[in-house]
Amino acid sequence: MHYLIRRVLATIPVMGVVAIFVFALLHLSPGDPAAVIAGDFATAEDIARIHKQLGLDRPLHLQFVSWVSQLLRGDLGTSIFSHLPVARLIGQRVEPTVALSITTLIIAVTLGVPIGVLAAWRSGAWIDRLVMGFAVFGFSIPIFVVGYLLIYLFAIQLGWLPVQGYVSIDEGLWPCLRSILLPSGALSTFYMALIARITRASVLEVLGEDYIRTAKAKGLAAINVLFGHALKNAAVPIVTIIGIGLTLLIGGVVITESVFAIPGVGRLTVDAILRRDYPIIQGVILVSSAAYVLVNLMIDIVYTFLDPRIRY
Amino acid sequence: MRTFARQWQRTLGAVAVLAALAWTAGVSGAQAQTVLRIVPQADLKILDTVWTTNNITSNHGYMIYDVLFAPNSKLEYKPQMVDTFQKSPDGLVWKFKLRDGLKFSDGSPVEAKDAVASIKRFADRIPTGKTMMQFTQEVVATGPLTFEIRLTKPFGLVLEVLGTPENPLFVHREKEAQTPSDKQITEAIGSGPFVMVKEEWVPGSKVVYKKNPLNKPRSEPADGFAGGKVAKVDRVEWVVIPDANTTTQALIKGEVDIIEIPTTDLLPLMKRDKNITVKVIDQIGTQAIMRPNHLNPPFNNPKIRQALLYAIGDQKDYLAAMIGNPEYEKSCWQVFICGTPLGTNAGIGPWATNTKEQNIAKAKELLKEGGYKGEKVVILDPADTHLAHTQAVVTAQKLREIGMNVDLQTIDWGTQSARRALKDPHDKNPRGWNLFHTWGGGMAMGSPLTNTPTPTPCDGKNWFGWPCDEELEKIRLEFPLAQTPPQQKAVVERLQKRFFEVVPYIPVGQFYTPIAHRNNVTGILDTVRLVLWNIEKK
Repeated sequence: MHYLIRRVLATIPVMGVVAIFVFALLHLSPGDPAAVIAGDFATAEDIARIHKQLGLDRPLHLQFVSWVSQLLRGDLGTSIFSHLPVARLIGQRVEPTVALSITTLIIAVTLGVPIGVLAAWRSGAWIDRLVMGFAVFGFSIPIFVVGYLLIYLFAIQLGWLPVQGYVSIDEGLWPCLRSILLPSGALSTFYMALIARITRASVLEVLGEDYIRTAKAKGLAAINVLFGHALKNAAVPIVTIIGIGLTLLIGGVVITESVFAIPGVGRLTVDAILRRDYPIIQGVILVSSAAYVLVNLMIDIVYTFLDPRIRY
Repeated sequence: MRTFARQWQRTLGAVAVLAALAWTAGVSGAQAQTVLRIVPQADLKILDTVWTTNNITSNHGYMIYDVLFAPNSKLEYKPQMVDTFQKSPDGLVWKFKLRDGLKFSDGSPVEAKDAVASIKRFADRIPTGKTMMQFTQEVVATGPLTFEIRLTKPFGLVLEVLGTPENPLFVHREKEAQTPSDKQITEAIGSGPFVMVKEEWVPGSKVVYKKNPLNKPRSEPADGFAGGKVAKVDRVEWVVIPDANTTTQALIKGEVDIIEIPTTDLLPLMKRDKNITVKVIDQIGTQAIMRPNHLNPPFNNPKIRQALLYAIGDQKDYLAAMIGNPEYEKSCWQVFICGTPLGTNAGIGPWATNTKEQNIAKAKELLKEGGYKGEKVVILDPADTHLAHTQAVVTAQKLREIGMNVDLQTIDWGTQSARRALKDPHDKNPRGWNLFHTWGGGMAMGSPLTNTPTPTPCDGKNWFGWPCDEELEKIRLEFPLAQTPPQQKAVVERLQKRFFEVVPYIPVGQFYTPIAHRNNVTGILDTVRLVLWNIEKK
């Protein structure tokens, strides 16, 4: 419990540093949201007027203080463009992002872990080479190419699944799953490859241990040795990589979201960056940083269940 | 073992039932109404049609607002919200009466005070309105449904200003219209054919409109932007799909009904599908332009700007790079657009018809006459915007061919928007620039009143690039005072001759952008931008 409280309190200075860094980076980089808002055929006078109206002509330190005091009141600010609250805009994107992330990880873990274990068990054999070949393929092929292939096969030729879009879970579990299967499938190739490789390496290391030889000598079935003993002891690095995968996914996967038109956090961030919608960029980065810190904390706690020797 | 098997059977059965229920839950909510799904040209971020000049916001305006006048398919300006109007014999007083029974979507009646406030706000920001106000004494409501525009001089383009389809004058409630023009209107209450469903708006993903039950369209059939604006579908969804391939596949599969601006490369794929039609509805087209910085060397010298005309030549390279399909390309040096009433060849020199070798030789000669000493030419290249990027790359090559020292700087559109506002030379400010590229709708570029890059006042307040020529500006300001089409054409001919001496900007080609739609969608009007009234979906 003390450890938990310490870790939660430690996020405060981390978030503070992130806030300063993000603010400085945004406001010092080239580009001007007022120019984008005004449109192509506006004049410099129009832009200056918008600049003033948005408060962008104030000194940077005053803008920063204003933003931080809003944050301390729990207000992430308002989009410069749409005038909608940033919290609402992020909130609209959370469900699709979480749905995509969880489905991707379920597919990746469900398939990636067993094939990694299989590859380790049959290390050097054709099955191992096949799995490692798949891993290279999974890392190498761009996700958008996988996406296009899946769209062509399952959406266009077979007509089983939609080409694009996200259906909210409010409209039913199956319609939601149906809309998320192809993007999750595309995205999971990369994570499956990654998890399979890490699992293989980790399990291979454990399979050389004395207690595994003992388990085999006692006559335990291969499946019990692999999943009951080897995998459990090899789990720590696997869980680490799953955690990293989760944080990357929650931060948004803009290419997959763009190919499949999923309204996720990734697209929100990239659109905001291209437009210089500062409040959204700042809000998303802060929220993502907080999510990252929390996921890391959860992973650290999971370690204690996997390996009783780990104590904080 | 049997118990275990039975348990598994029960579990599987329960899962199957749940799945069926979940699927049914999704299906049972199916809508009985007709839904039209469009992939728009851009994402809607700003709702205020005066605060920004972005096309997508004007498109939004056309969904929910109405206008006082509008051009029909022959570009004749017809009354829309106005019932009757008259001009005094001396041309100084215009009287308007609104149609009876018009209502905003919140149920409040449309009154003259709403029109007056809307005109004033529009004229505070939009250049066409500003120009009219230079000749206006006052705009005033004279009754619940009547208002007047009282001029100081007989401004000949009152209807064109009130009915311009580019950055249109939409009529808001007086409450919103009284918002200072440097503050954004965030409400979306109009008297147009649709109502925005704001609670379903997901910026970057979806915009939703439903039929406006209080809309009172005119009785005439729809004709261009004029006539009866009847919403024939119950619901419209603008679906933002960033990926061009996915957009195409979605249209082929029927998940969307119309693509407003399909990617040219993928048109053959759409044309092969017998359920899809690709056609040009904007018969006027779009003009691509190159804008030099007139403040700083080398393009502060008119000879060197004239060299650019010869460097560009027949425009074919630009069109091939931007569009790549001759069906949608047109080489056109007419400043006020080929194929329009004001299109003219006056002042167009031999650069349009010379061979490439002749043009290069002449360009080099002009550079020498202009005293070009190898000064660096910074070209802004927004690589994330296809049209501007391809123009920049072609220009860089063209200028190198005539011996200029080119620095092609790759940036993004947002950075170009910011950098082009800088007046400093790049030897004093590394963010300075010499050339940028963009494009403008033919309707806007086709009139000296609305063509934003043409004005050349020497006050430094004109559009980026800041050309200065009092003679050109004087001729331009004669245009709104011309009372008849032949008078207007005569002004434009003089204007264009002077234009090619001063070279405020360079037209680099005219092109047409088709739309793509499924064949069960009918009633799409031939207008310079896609409008969604009159469209039916079977």
